[in-house]
Amino acid sequence: MRRTLFESLTHRPLTEAPPIASDAALAELAAEVERSARRRLGRSLAIREVDAGSCNGCELEIHALSNAFYDLERFGLRFVASPRHADVLLVTGPVTKNMRQALERTYAATPDPKWVVALGDCAFDGGIFSGSYAVAGGVSQVVPVDLHIRGCPPPPIEILKGLIALLDLQAGKRTSRSPMPGGP
Amino acid sequence: MPTPLDIIRQGERAENRPWPRFNVTADAWRQVASEIAAGHATLLGLWADRAVLPTIYMAIMDDAVGDIALASLACPDGSYPSVGALHPPAIRLERAIHSLYGYIAAGMADSRPWLDLGFWNVQHPLGAREEAPAVREPYRFLPVEGESLHQIPVGPVHAGTIEPGHFRFTAGGETVVRLEARLGYAHKGIESLMAGAPIEQAARLAARTSGDSTVAYAIAFAHAVEAALGVEAPPRAQFLRALMAELERLANHLGDIGAICNDASFSLMHAHCGILREHVLRAANDAFGQRLMMDRVLPGGVAADLTRDGIISIRELLRQIRSRFPRLIELYDNTASLQDRTVASGILRADLAQQFGASGYVGRASGRNVDARKTPGYAPYDRLTFTVPVLTAGDVNARVWIRIHEVEQSMALIEQILERLPDGQIAHTLNGAGGGEGLGLAESFRGDVLAWVRLNDGCVLRCHLRDPSWFQWPLLETAIEGNIVADFPLCNKSFNCSYSGHDL
Repeated sequence: MRRTLFESLTHRPLTEAPPIASDAALAELAAEVERSARRRLGRSLAIREVDAGSCNGCELEIHALSNAFYDLERFGLRFVASPRHADVLLVTGPVTKNMRQALERTYAATPDPKWVVALGDCAFDGGIFSGSYAVAGGVSQVVPVDLHIRGCPPPPIEILKGLIALLDLQAGKRTSRSPMPGGP
Repeated sequence: MPTPLDIIRQGERAENRPWPRFNVTADAWRQVASEIAAGHATLLGLWADRAVLPTIYMAIMDDAVGDIALASLACPDGSYPSVGALHPPAIRLERAIHSLYGYIAAGMADSRPWLDLGFWNVQHPLGAREEAPAVREPYRFLPVEGESLHQIPVGPVHAGTIEPGHFRFTAGGETVVRLEARLGYAHKGIESLMAGAPIEQAARLAARTSGDSTVAYAIAFAHAVEAALGVEAPPRAQFLRALMAELERLANHLGDIGAICNDASFSLMHAHCGILREHVLRAANDAFGQRLMMDRVLPGGVAADLTRDGIISIRELLRQIRSRFPRLIELYDNTASLQDRTVASGILRADLAQQFGASGYVGRASGRNVDARKTPGYAPYDRLTFTVPVLTAGDVNARVWIRIHEVEQSMALIEQILERLPDGQIAHTLNGAGGGEGLGLAESFRGDVLAWVRLNDGCVLRCHLRDPSWFQWPLLETAIEGNIVADFPLCNKSFNCSYSGHDL
């Protein structure tokens, strides 16, 4: 173990250069936000992941966000164990009817202000599973969605781009909604 | 004395490839059920079809030789003799058949619904498809009696980034007295979406049944479709499929070895294994254009050929793993605090693993020498050299070690595949007008995936996909018994059953 730890001290980090929010709409949002405002308000979001019936492919790529290459936490983004601690619900899957109530309750348990990110093609509109008796057909059918990240599954770098754009959006909203209330 | 496979083969022969199907009588069906209950064959699958008549299918295998027999029983009145009444591994399959089709296993001990959690607008969606009743009985968990017991309900939304499912723990102090899982939260109705879908569309659905095993599912589905249509993928495609399957196995094993250690609060292993997993996914992306290799295996062959750059990436990947993985194994093996958690926790008894026909590392860590790549076996593994590791301790540690050995085997297989990759075309065009019935198997990192299809005119009439988790989830409930509640994440991760693959 000692050798591994010592080597880690001298190795250059594996971490990728931070991506810029490339998606046109998101980039527009991000451009509106002053960097200074963002710094003043802090860039930190607590994310609660909710699998609403995905195939588990999106979860695998969400896991990858925490590895040394993407290192999500350097952006102030972190996963939390309870919706009570979350700012963001990151929802995957077409929302099965069997998960609908659980998603609604998770949303209700998340304090305001909160944002919902629907991750993956089936979270967008049910995708390949739409039309089934067992799915609601997309996250926006059940709870309001602030951002869709498409892909099947989206690679980690695309998820990261979307979340960074959301950070910018969040910073923008906080300035426009000042003073920040504890929610309605 | 006739084996259960012989009993099935005394039935009336019907078209199914590569293993013929036999229509059996209710008496023969009962006889087969009691024979598999006595341990004379392994239950591979039990499913229903609403063809001309309601029909129940049962596939069984003689593990020793990999021989498979497929039985079907017509049940015009929607009732058939229960297998689960004699052989517990069939119970959840029969409950699922009842929830999806409405067919009743006469004599079954447990008539509670399975997969249908009471949220659909319809009941028996693959059968008569009636409107769901307005008021439904609350689900009754199995009773637990005793002094000072308390229950802990967990899920379907879990604390970690994992799939949805509900676990009902009954504990006496710290110790788990009973765990009962309630699954179905990820049920998307895949089999109903398959019915009537063109083969290409059905292949995309099969590939999204369990995302971590997308390659294995695509191979199992392709095997079934190719068998039904009487075609075989070209040799180069078979080798490329195996290459993808071994990359998928590597990625999952590496990721999970780290994740199991993480659940024992040893995050250093998790960080380093996560790096190796990422290397695998990047090599897969270089070689096949997608990190998880979704939709790269298609009925008839594969979607894309391997480029020279892809070969270079994969060779570099093997070099990376070879230089780093041995030290991680040493770290795992020499860290007493970690061994303290994994050794002797979550022990799965060998007799139960055998009874349930557990495949994958769950079965192999409890003494079962099974692997669909060997028994029944499929191309190109008959031309490749590898061993199937088997251990007998049955604990979390044994399941980790099976995975460590399989990482080594998969790397050796990838090397052989790259050396012997034949030239030639990578796919055959399927005869769109064809029809027929076929059964296919493929070994995912988790165990054997079974696919059965009935085709007509280039469309799927019925497809059944059976995840290895069907026979592993119930075993997790026995393995956790007597362990402390806090060790559940560790034990659960060491099984790593699929929710989506099971829920369909």
